[in-house]
Amino acid sequence: MNYNWNWGIFFEPSPEGTGTYADMLLSGLLWTIVTALCSWVMAFTIGSLIGVMRTLPSKTANAIGTAYVELFRNIPLLVQMFLWYFVLPEVLPQSWGTWLKQLPNAPFYTGVVCLGFFTASRVAEQVRAGIQALPRGQRMAGTAMGFTVAQTYRYVLLPNAYRIILPPLTSEFLNNLKNTSVALTIGLLELTARARSMQEFSFQVFEAFTAATILYVLINLVVITAASFIERSVAVPGQR
Amino acid sequence: MTSTPMPAPTPGTPVAPAGQAPADSGLQAGNLIQPGTRTGETMIAIDNVSKWYGEFQVLTNCTTSVAKGEVVVVCGPSGSGKSTLIKTVNALEPFQKGQITVAGTKVLDKSTNLPKLRSRVGMVFQHFELFPHLSITDNLTIAQRKVLGRGAEDARKRGLDLLARVGLSAHAHKFPGQLSGGQQQRVAIARALAMNPVVMLFDEPTSALDPEMVGEVLDVMVELAKEGMTMMVVTHEMGFARKVADRVIFMDRGEIVEDAHKDDFFGKPRSERAQTFLSKILQH
Repeated sequence: MNYNWNWGIFFEPSPEGTGTYADMLLSGLLWTIVTALCSWVMAFTIGSLIGVMRTLPSKTANAIGTAYVELFRNIPLLVQMFLWYFVLPEVLPQSWGTWLKQLPNAPFYTGVVCLGFFTASRVAEQVRAGIQALPRGQRMAGTAMGFTVAQTYRYVLLPNAYRIILPPLTSEFLNNLKNTSVALTIGLLELTARARSMQEFSFQVFEAFTAATILYVLINLVVITAASFIERSVAVPGQR
Repeated sequence: MTSTPMPAPTPGTPVAPAGQAPADSGLQAGNLIQPGTRTGETMIAIDNVSKWYGEFQVLTNCTTSVAKGEVVVVCGPSGSGKSTLIKTVNALEPFQKGQITVAGTKVLDKSTNLPKLRSRVGMVFQHFELFPHLSITDNLTIAQRKVLGRGAEDARKRGLDLLARVGLSAHAHKFPGQLSGGQQQRVAIARALAMNPVVMLFDEPTSALDPEMVGEVLDVMVELAKEGMTMMVVTHEMGFARKVADRVIFMDRGEIVEDAHKDDFFGKPRSERAQTFLSKILQH
């Protein structure tokens, strides 16, 4: 292989005019993190809501929850990204579509919304599984104490369900973080997009993607450490 | 068992008469439960109740009642509908026909505030069902605070008093998973009593326990019965029934086959089904 290694490339100025290639990658990393966090907040909220709906006695709530999950988890994320970014503004009333297209930083907002809705469908399934894993008597005990349905979820079912699903939720968070890279297809300048442009400008493909890989791994290690800390701090004495 | 009528505030009276301390303060007098006064007042009236799971009928025209201060034991072979019947009393199990009235409130009535009704009916489950993520103290106080709206300090005091009564004060800070089954069930009884129930329902409270722990739970229940608590108990513990029950209800295939004074029931059950059942469980 005839390749000209140059690990010093990171400290050379990037063609963007300001900063080095390293700065360019770090700014990508920042967008990756911000996108992942914002979409996670959305995914967790909507996912919890939909997951709870799928465990309610109401047939309507169940149907809505099921429809949501099946819609958002059965379309490839890449296709969803294109639908939100390219198709939605065209099918909306013209003035709304124009507003969307002119939105500053549109790839970011679209990426967050798309990832949020997509990941929510997966979070919902885990919340449902967590609630259904609890003994049937827990819901009965809450109800028998005089709790309303909402109170039974708030004080009895959800605190236990979230504890059970913490490990798979951590995986889901990591997936969501890595899925932000799909948003490069709609122009979000996140880490993978930045590594690609570094390679295009400098032809140092190995260095660029080695750096991106290391950054992804590092950030995931931080997440895993945080998750195991959370797991320990919410662990219930005497359980398992 | 006899209990002398005393001028206690009527259980379930929402507001205590002026000048009198609220019903909760029975606690200071060392009296942790609503005293029962065998006045013949009906606490639970089950009237012609039928229930179906789809095509399958699990309860057929069940009619009985429990008077204030009375202890009624419900027994019968497994699948006879006894657990289902007791769960219809606080509408944990819905039923399609008939009516149940608890302390004057109709269970099957759209205008009935079910959570409010349930908060006045204590229930103890086979598998304890303490809330595993909460400490024993929190288990005892959470419903007092969130359902009855009691202050944290009041709830805590009442919870700990009841915990002392079931002999578990030393475990207040622990979590359910750190207690034995018998201890958990005693906490569950205290948790139900903390709500000042007008009646207590027990759904096979000792069936999930190791044999050596059955006694400690039954002791608490015997005490409770002696103090005049109105109780409906699904159980196979015939010793308990003989000792404290006023009446025994025998169920089979969703029907109340026999509803008799305990001496009549244990002396000579009228129905053949009850005779067969008794001979089977009293064999050993």
